[in-house]
Amino acid sequence: MGLTFKDETFRGDFTFFNSPAAIRRFPFPFPEDSYMYSVNMEPHVPGRPGSVFEKTFDVDEHYVAEMRERARVLAEDPLRCQSLPHMTLAGWDLLELIMQAKAREYPDWFSLHRDGDRWHWINRPLEIEQRFTFLDETTLPCGPMEYITRQTQGDFSLQDQRNDNLWMDAGMVTTQADWSLDFDIGMNFFEWHAPVPLAHEKQIFTRALKFLMNVQHGVPARRFNWTMTIDPLLDTSPENYPKWGPSRATLTPENVGRRMHLRVELQTFFRLPRSNALAFPIRCYLIRFEELATQPKWARRLHRVIRDLPDELAAYKGFLRNKPIMVDYLAQFDDGTPTSPGWWAED
Amino acid sequence: MAGPDAFGEGIWAKKKPGAQTGAAGMTKTVFPPSIPSRPTYGVLAPRPGPAHLMIADGDGAGAVLDLVGAGDAGMAAGSHLIYLPGPDGTDRTAELAALGLARFHRAPSFAAALPRLRKVLGDAHMGVQIYLAGSEGLIGQAQREVMEAGLPHDAVQTEHRGTTVRRVQCVHCKGITENVATDPFTCGHCGLALFVRDHYSRRIAAFQGVNIDAEDPGLVPPPVEKFR
Repeated sequence: MGLTFKDETFRGDFTFFNSPAAIRRFPFPFPEDSYMYSVNMEPHVPGRPGSVFEKTFDVDEHYVAEMRERARVLAEDPLRCQSLPHMTLAGWDLLELIMQAKAREYPDWFSLHRDGDRWHWINRPLEIEQRFTFLDETTLPCGPMEYITRQTQGDFSLQDQRNDNLWMDAGMVTTQADWSLDFDIGMNFFEWHAPVPLAHEKQIFTRALKFLMNVQHGVPARRFNWTMTIDPLLDTSPENYPKWGPSRATLTPENVGRRMHLRVELQTFFRLPRSNALAFPIRCYLIRFEELATQPKWARRLHRVIRDLPDELAAYKGFLRNKPIMVDYLAQFDDGTPTSPGWWAED
Repeated sequence: MAGPDAFGEGIWAKKKPGAQTGAAGMTKTVFPPSIPSRPTYGVLAPRPGPAHLMIADGDGAGAVLDLVGAGDAGMAAGSHLIYLPGPDGTDRTAELAALGLARFHRAPSFAAALPRLRKVLGDAHMGVQIYLAGSEGLIGQAQREVMEAGLPHDAVQTEHRGTTVRRVQCVHCKGITENVATDPFTCGHCGLALFVRDHYSRRIAAFQGVNIDAEDPGLVPPPVEKFR
């Protein structure tokens, strides 16, 4: 496949970086020079070849390192993966969805052989081979959701749909933008988004919920969200905030290009066939400012977006105190020329 | 844009308007508008049913007295009240004992009341009406028990009265500190200085506490008494 899985870290010495190819395919989330919350849903259909939209579940050069990081987070805090008792079937649905997609789209790396309910799964990058009986939990080393999400990049939440709402009743959450699965599990769609400023008043969540409850099996959807993270830290959890919070006071004009990262969430939504639950993968992509600055269009646009962002949003996203340093750094790449519409760097 | 209310008290509250601000403990507490995960409470109103289960603490006694006073003559005969002193020490056992309910149990604490509550909820039949009144900690923990017992959420009404001290979970160490009166406060388990969010988990029956000086260790603003 021509892709080498990198040996890199997301903590401690932070050796993570993006190769030039990974930079070019980065999912830059701003289609225009300003940003405000919107539902911004689109069909999750195959996108440009080579882009993160090409496959159902993108596997990139960070795959093996990210799975190693997930295992470390779970060893430190098992509460990052939880599933309420009625969500086991949805976990099987998710396992089937991911295994089928990966085996179909990345046949060199993943294989799935099915003989009735006797399944045989091979994950070559992680050197895993597993024979199990579909829908029989005793034949896997852990629950089905945990099993497959230990092998799939991105956080996952499984939403039960009942009483005209979505209930976050299961999840694997180790690369989150500062929210706690342990606290939020069991909440409905409005409750777990409750702390988000401005969006409730704009009816964003009412419209998003209406859209999501109507997502049909076989017709997935996607949208972007984003924030900023100092150092390539995947686990920006509230649980560990006392450990990573101090880094926010260490940003300087000299290190901002190297240490500040745009953190993009590619959120996708899949209706699951047996449980009727909604699978909600939240895939995190990180890119340091100096990597992003290699793409002139993105650097110009990011400068304008950050400069003009309401302080309330910058505060919620956790970078208000560092916004001046970030804007000053990005300004050097913005000569004021127009940017073309859309997020592709090459357009 | 409050989310659908899992316990339905918002619906029932509308049926009996007239909640007023007043001295703490005298009437329903009125909270300022907040985020959708923050619980809201109504006003207890008698509803027909074969059995009435009331759980209250402290000044929630006033809501129970009003409830029984508004009920029909037969309500007392079908009622079971579990009452405990409030987090601030308020204890109106004598007034409640004088109501003459079919069953009245005074417990020294919620933990002590729990085995009895679980038994009663497990034994409950269809149509039981459940009334919760008093502090947020009591209402939230009792609601959780009702939920786990699998009883229909529309059987439950809640009314907040009296102290507004909070039950708060430290998001870092997961320890729960009861009766938090100030913001920030010191986690009773790990000792971190926490600010109190309005974000609330029904499953944990607690508000969320987050380290206030994580980014600038040692810079803790003086505690302000926000909940009393």
